[in-house]
Amino acid sequence: MGRDTESSKSGETAAGRLRTGDLLLQAHGITKRFGDILANDKVSIDLRAGEIHALLGENGAGKSTLVKILYGALEPNGGTLSWNGQQVAISSPAEARKLGIGMVFQHFSLFEALTVTENIALALPGRLSLRDLADKIRRVSADYGLPLDPGAIVADLPVGIRQRIEIVRCLLQEPKLIIMDEPTSVLTPQESDQLFETLKRLTDEGCAILYISHRLEEVQRICHHATIMRHGKVVMECDPALETPASLARMMVGADIKDITREASSATEGEDRLAIVDLSAPADGPFSVPLKSIHLQVKAGEVVAIAGIAGNGQGELFDVISGERLSDRADAVLIDGAPVGRKGINARRRAGAAYVPEERLGHGAVPGLKLSENIILTRHATRDGLVLSGFLDRGKAEELEKKLKADFDVRMSHDNPEARSLSGGNLQKFVVGRELDRNPGVLVINQPTWGVDAGAAASIRQQLIDLARAGSAVLVISQDLDEIFEIADRIAVISRGELSAAEAAEKMTRERIGLLMGGHAGEAGKAAEGRATHAA
Amino acid sequence: MRLELQKRPERSALYALLSPFIAIALTVAFGAVLFAFLGKDPVEALYVYFISPLTSTWSLHELAVKAAPLILIGVGLSVCYLSSNWNIGAEGQLVMGAIVGSTLPIVFPDFQSPVVLPLMMIMGMAGGAAYGAIPAFLKTRFGTNEILTSLMLVYVAQLFVDWLVRGPWRNPEGFNFPESRTFHDYAILPEVLASGRTHYGAVFALVAVVALAILLSRTLKGFEIRIAGQAPRAGRFGGFSASRMTFFAFLLSGALAGLAGISEVSGAVQQLRPVVSPGYGFTAIIVAFLGRLNPIGVLFAGLLLGLSYLGGEEAQIVLGLSDKITRVFQGMLLFFVLACDTLILYRIRLVRTRGAVAVAGE
Repeated sequence: MGRDTESSKSGETAAGRLRTGDLLLQAHGITKRFGDILANDKVSIDLRAGEIHALLGENGAGKSTLVKILYGALEPNGGTLSWNGQQVAISSPAEARKLGIGMVFQHFSLFEALTVTENIALALPGRLSLRDLADKIRRVSADYGLPLDPGAIVADLPVGIRQRIEIVRCLLQEPKLIIMDEPTSVLTPQESDQLFETLKRLTDEGCAILYISHRLEEVQRICHHATIMRHGKVVMECDPALETPASLARMMVGADIKDITREASSATEGEDRLAIVDLSAPADGPFSVPLKSIHLQVKAGEVVAIAGIAGNGQGELFDVISGERLSDRADAVLIDGAPVGRKGINARRRAGAAYVPEERLGHGAVPGLKLSENIILTRHATRDGLVLSGFLDRGKAEELEKKLKADFDVRMSHDNPEARSLSGGNLQKFVVGRELDRNPGVLVINQPTWGVDAGAAASIRQQLIDLARAGSAVLVISQDLDEIFEIADRIAVISRGELSAAEAAEKMTRERIGLLMGGHAGEAGKAAEGRATHAA
Repeated sequence: MRLELQKRPERSALYALLSPFIAIALTVAFGAVLFAFLGKDPVEALYVYFISPLTSTWSLHELAVKAAPLILIGVGLSVCYLSSNWNIGAEGQLVMGAIVGSTLPIVFPDFQSPVVLPLMMIMGMAGGAAYGAIPAFLKTRFGTNEILTSLMLVYVAQLFVDWLVRGPWRNPEGFNFPESRTFHDYAILPEVLASGRTHYGAVFALVAVVALAILLSRTLKGFEIRIAGQAPRAGRFGGFSASRMTFFAFLLSGALAGLAGISEVSGAVQQLRPVVSPGYGFTAIIVAFLGRLNPIGVLFAGLLLGLSYLGGEEAQIVLGLSDKITRVFQGMLLFFVLACDTLILYRIRLVRTRGAVAVAGE
């Protein structure tokens, strides 16, 4: 932190569009300390009416802390907040709402068993008639182009609609400032476009929007102004229209991010190292998605990506491929031609496969165990010599831990810490490195860079490509289309438990993927022919 | 002003070690308050309770006799609790072990041979394990809550032994007392030392402590046990089966409780009576937690809780207090042990507030 020499107190302001809106919320010198860590160090930000203001930064840069302070969920240690020129203390979210500040959270806070109206009623103050509220919801949501059925049960609704509920809930409180945390991370490209329309309509009405996103193209497209944070400080303010995604990324990271190098896959005619043949699996719980007759081959030398919106069966598919859940038939999953559908995860690992699940803590790693012990977790049965006739060789595991730390640049405050103390990016480097170190013939990885900072994400993506080019088969499940286009040779799309045929990445377009994500295979076909139509 | 619990980034090794001692200190302090309210001199009462039982050879032997079953059961329960299998029914498994092991000397009193004793021990373990398998089966097959099933089975076992010694197993020469016949010499667990009553149950306890300490710290099985409790999803990712672990934990702790039961009957009592144990199976739950679910810790915790039984008896005799005082002390101890464990993952901070309470983030 101390190494930063930029003048960070007020931030440099690059030239750009003139900011004409009235000053709505002004934060000055906000400081927040958690123990020894300065999460916000004299942060200042001006939010103006009619403006979409992007807040950019890597994970841990202090964005969430700042937002929570603006929304009254955290109390700052220092600094002032002014609303319409008047100094205010926002001591609780209720108070923030009273001023006219609304927030749409990244993780939805909805009760799945209740209806749309009931969910919204729970968030509104006072007693109200559910029937009047339902009418109001129907009117307001249609008005803003986000139609909702007030009587629908949330559990039945796809993620994109659930987000609408959050947004409409926020709109009903007639806010003057809306804070949105990664709103498009769960949306198809078409749904995102629809959201942008709504945002434009809101700003035209004079509403201010504070927009947090990792998607720099998006920020560039819709935001009027951007504040960039790094290590708890504001390092830069700019007009994103004058920047490129690369220059924005550079400001966030404070260094150039290495471009990913990807030569075209030479071995697309190679052998199938991983094959999934007519794999079906019933739902194993009320909120689980059944898998329907999935076919997929991943050849030696290629990266195949499965795109899709969260909750369309990705986790379920990962579990059956990894062997955490067994299939009905042995030949539903083949590794290097060997049927493993009825074998457990360790047998599949011995057959040459490696797996990295979506959730790092609690699934890929045990939070309370040291890293060396977490190596034993996935490698105790893989002939690494970590277990000798039932006894653990802890010394060997610690050696491996040191090796992974060096080879994969895992940064930690002291040697061999508990997994829970690592930051998201470093832990991901560790769990990926743990498997890459085995040099697996097949790697299946779910959300390889979810919540990982840009620098670490680039290095992980490069490693995946390198592994494939060395002759392994790599299957990536991801929601991030930018990532998929960066690394995949072929792309398939999963929607409601069904997987589209994998097609060469060069022939895929974002729009076509978007239609496939929405389950419009027919329309996607038309779009491929060039007659693009807008998804309903 | 308010107290706030702040999460530590990692477990505090210091407090993991200190927490049981803080709990003991708090128990003693509040025990003193309790004695004061009862109108006794707290210093004298605490001396009678905790120190005087340690001052004679006789009572040291009694301590070993009482601590042995607590330790034996406590190490087994540690394995259960580490793997998140909440076996509350060790008392029932103890009783079942005692019943099954006693079959030989009671039903076949004429079968007298040196193999009787080893057979009794094995049958005791088998009985306890089989009884522990019931909640394990119900949990893995039907998703039944094992806390309830294992606890309810305790009462079944207690009523069963009560019925046996009043009915079919009543001593034919026992003047109608509800007791079984006394065991013949081949069926009695011998004493270890000439100086007192300590029987081989104490040796079993020490062997179990060493064996489980090695199992937990050095083997893959021990690793699996800890993961099953901490992160079941990660356990599945590691290729470990949760239901096999449930059976392992219940069978192991059931067998150790059964061994404790048959040792108690064959070593200390030498016949079957309506009440087999003074709640060793329940007190062992406190022993397991006070010992930090670590076999070595359980060894010391077992001695301390064994002392609480002796102290309770002593307090009854010398101070004229109710024998319920033992239960009160054990309850306080468990309460403080669990409360102090919070310090391992959290630190306590005093926060000055102005106005409204902040909402926790994330």
